Amino acid sequence: MRLWPWRRHHHDELVCKEFVELVTAYLEGVMPADERARVEAHLADCDGCRGYLEDMRRLVGSLKSTVEPPPDPELREELLRAFRERRAD
Amino acid sequence: MEDDPALLDRLRAGDEAAFDELVARHDGALRRVARTYVRTDAAAADVVQETWLGVIRGLGSFEGRSSLRTWIFRILVNRARTRALREARDLPFSSLESDDEPAVEPSAFGRDGRWASAPPRLDAEPESKLLSAELRAHLLEAVDGLPPAQRAVITLRDLVGLGADEVCDLLELTEGNQRVLLHRARSRVRTALLPLREVAS
Repeated sequence: MRLWPWRRHHHDELVCKEFVELVTAYLEGVMPADERARVEAHLADCDGCRGYLEDMRRLVGSLKSTVEPPPDPELREELLRAFRERRAD
Repeated sequence: MEDDPALLDRLRAGDEAAFDELVARHDGALRRVARTYVRTDAAAADVVQETWLGVIRGLGSFEGRSSLRTWIFRILVNRARTRALREARDLPFSSLESDDEPAVEPSAFGRDGRWASAPPRLDAEPESKLLSAELRAHLLEAVDGLPPAQRAVITLRDLVGLGADEVCDLLELTEGNQRVLLHRARSRVRTALLPLREVAS
């Protein structure tokens, strides 16, 4: 497995197939400046990858605003009781 | 979801509403992460309950060197690991689960490595910052379908909102492995959502 797959093609133009593997590193902001520039040059020129990036941003944003289902009411009661009793100690 | 700094004070003062709020906020994600370590939902529920009891016992001595939620997830991971060892189960983070899993099916690209045709979009609304409500309804399901290590990482990073450093520390992952797992998880969730989207007309 290659953690930095784009290093192989350092001087080549980046293609879509590579971009989809770099999108997380790009969004995480952990790319070296020259690689980031290479990704951005590709994005400026590729509608497909711009759309892909936008979808990934929406996906992450949507996950961040997802509300988990509420806890089991019995567990909730039991924990509140334990919290109260601990207080009383 | 950020920690509310006043929450800790309220918890220490014995404010039950604050504790109830804390449980409601984190219980689902705790169960989700616990389930990546243990075999059954029932075992995960036990681990989560033990975690909350540990939180109640530990609140008085919690020094706030990490955030409250990181501390809670640390308790969870410790308990879940102990339980997994008792179950003699391999911990999920011993491997990356599969070697060179592509983010997108190779057939989507031509021989030149460019999109063979414009890639499908998850969403057709150009203005929206979020996916459509229809797709959002399936997100947790898609996360639950991931292999354990990917599931734990995407839960902690994207559902709970912990930072990469915190997740590396909690799950004992290198920075690179954490990123690979997050990348695979997000790519798989995208793939899982594709057939569910309303196709743009």
